[in-house]
Amino acid sequence: MPDGMRKTTAGTGTAMLDITDLHGFYGESHVLHGVNIDVRQGEVVTLLGRNGAGKTSTMRAIMGIMGKRTGSIRFQGHELIGMAPHRIPRLGIGYVPEERGIFSSLSVDENLALPPVVKEGGMTVPQIHALFPNLKGRGATQGTRLSGGEQQMLAIGRILRTGAGLILLDEPTEGLAPVIIEQIGVAVRALKQRGFTILLVEQNFRFAATIADRHYVMEEGHVVDMIPNDQLHANMDKLHTYLGV
Amino acid sequence: MSQLLGIPPQALFGQLLLGLINGSFYALLSLGLAVIFGMLNVVNMAHGALYMVGAFVAWLLLTYAGVGYWGALVLAPLAVGLVGLALERTLLRRLYKVDHLYGLLLTFGLALIFEGAFRHHYGVSGQPYPIPDLLKGGTNLGFMYLPTYRGWVVAASLLVCLGTWFAIERTKLGAYLRAATENPTLVQAFGINVPVMVSLTYGFGVALAGLAGVLAAPIYQVSPMMGSNLIIVVFAVVVIGGMGSILGAIVTGLGLGLLEGLTKVFYPEASNIVVFVIMAVVLMVKPAGLFGRER
Repeated sequence: MPDGMRKTTAGTGTAMLDITDLHGFYGESHVLHGVNIDVRQGEVVTLLGRNGAGKTSTMRAIMGIMGKRTGSIRFQGHELIGMAPHRIPRLGIGYVPEERGIFSSLSVDENLALPPVVKEGGMTVPQIHALFPNLKGRGATQGTRLSGGEQQMLAIGRILRTGAGLILLDEPTEGLAPVIIEQIGVAVRALKQRGFTILLVEQNFRFAATIADRHYVMEEGHVVDMIPNDQLHANMDKLHTYLGV
Repeated sequence: MSQLLGIPPQALFGQLLLGLINGSFYALLSLGLAVIFGMLNVVNMAHGALYMVGAFVAWLLLTYAGVGYWGALVLAPLAVGLVGLALERTLLRRLYKVDHLYGLLLTFGLALIFEGAFRHHYGVSGQPYPIPDLLKGGTNLGFMYLPTYRGWVVAASLLVCLGTWFAIERTKLGAYLRAATENPTLVQAFGINVPVMVSLTYGFGVALAGLAGVLAAPIYQVSPMMGSNLIIVVFAVVVIGGMGSILGAIVTGLGLGLLEGLTKVFYPEASNIVVFVIMAVVLMVKPAGLFGRER
């Protein structure tokens, strides 16, 4: 993307998360080709793009769970590249993976309690139950016996306990019924109001449009465009071309 | 009633007790194997050798340092656990990304090295290890005579097995272990140092083998080959119980020990193969093992 663009998108204040010229590899295959993204405190930012564009890989690169990464990922002044993977979440980054990652050998309560608290000010279990009433009273159930939507709520809920300020949400609506998607949307908006910063991967850009401040469009391992949410309608044709919908 | 199905009760219960004792060792050893396999995906062929090392550490402590049974019960598992930590850090760690077979080959080679080294220094005849004073003697239960030490071995291994089961299935630390067994990458992405957990798991698993070695020392001779005699049956136990299943390892270990004892009473010729016959049947009917989950 053009150099000038980053300057204008960075806007006021410094970024909470600042990714510069990120390259990522799985073994021999080079999947991220110079990604540039910044996310400011309190923003909801989405990564849009087709399958294989590098959205999930960008998230995995932030969490330090991909083979090799070069470039720079700075989170609140800390450089994440080169940092041991288990230290990265301790800075206050919560990860909700695409496949949800609910553990089948753990009960719902154990799943909810699993991620260690990394910062003060995380949500309490009653607050999480208030946000996702479906999880209430299901504590002893095996985690993977929940429905897909409930597993998604559990995957988000367990991160909210940790006190992480930045949440990476990878396709929270994938494979869910519209009524559940609506519920997830309500929850994400509630999180935004609480001051959480959210980086969201979405295929469903209509869902993304209801909650995000800005959208990055990815293609072939790098960012090709950035569209503020209020200019989304003006850029619909362009977006259709990018996403092939 | 002097006869039970044509067998004198003394003989029947005597064999059952022997079976229960063998079963206790099967359970302790297969439990360690199950924990290690679950977390590291390594079939730890060195397990029998480390059980032997545990027994030898107890014998060496007594012979050269004057440290008795109770001290050895703590120090020997600790020593074996440290050996395990060192092995995991220096050797096993390099093999996680390649086929399981390499881990099996490496640990098999390690077993041969341990056994060879002890055989070279101490011969194969075996060293006697005395029963501690507190556990000498026995009780006449009416239907059988129960040597105190043997009763202690059964009780102690049951306690350790149940304690381990509780720690894994019912505590926070156990939840980390179970989660990391399923998806280590994600557990790491929650901020848990999984490589350290893996090392500690291996250390703990082989420490259990070391503990079994100390418990075994006063019953069997302390000999370099004591592990390799036992470990083949233990692997059969793990296969029957289900690879990686904690409860399966405990229940199957004790059950098969008892069954072996019963076979010795009723059809002694089959007592050495009964475990393997059961293994073959279980593999045909339920390939993941009695308590195993299909992957």
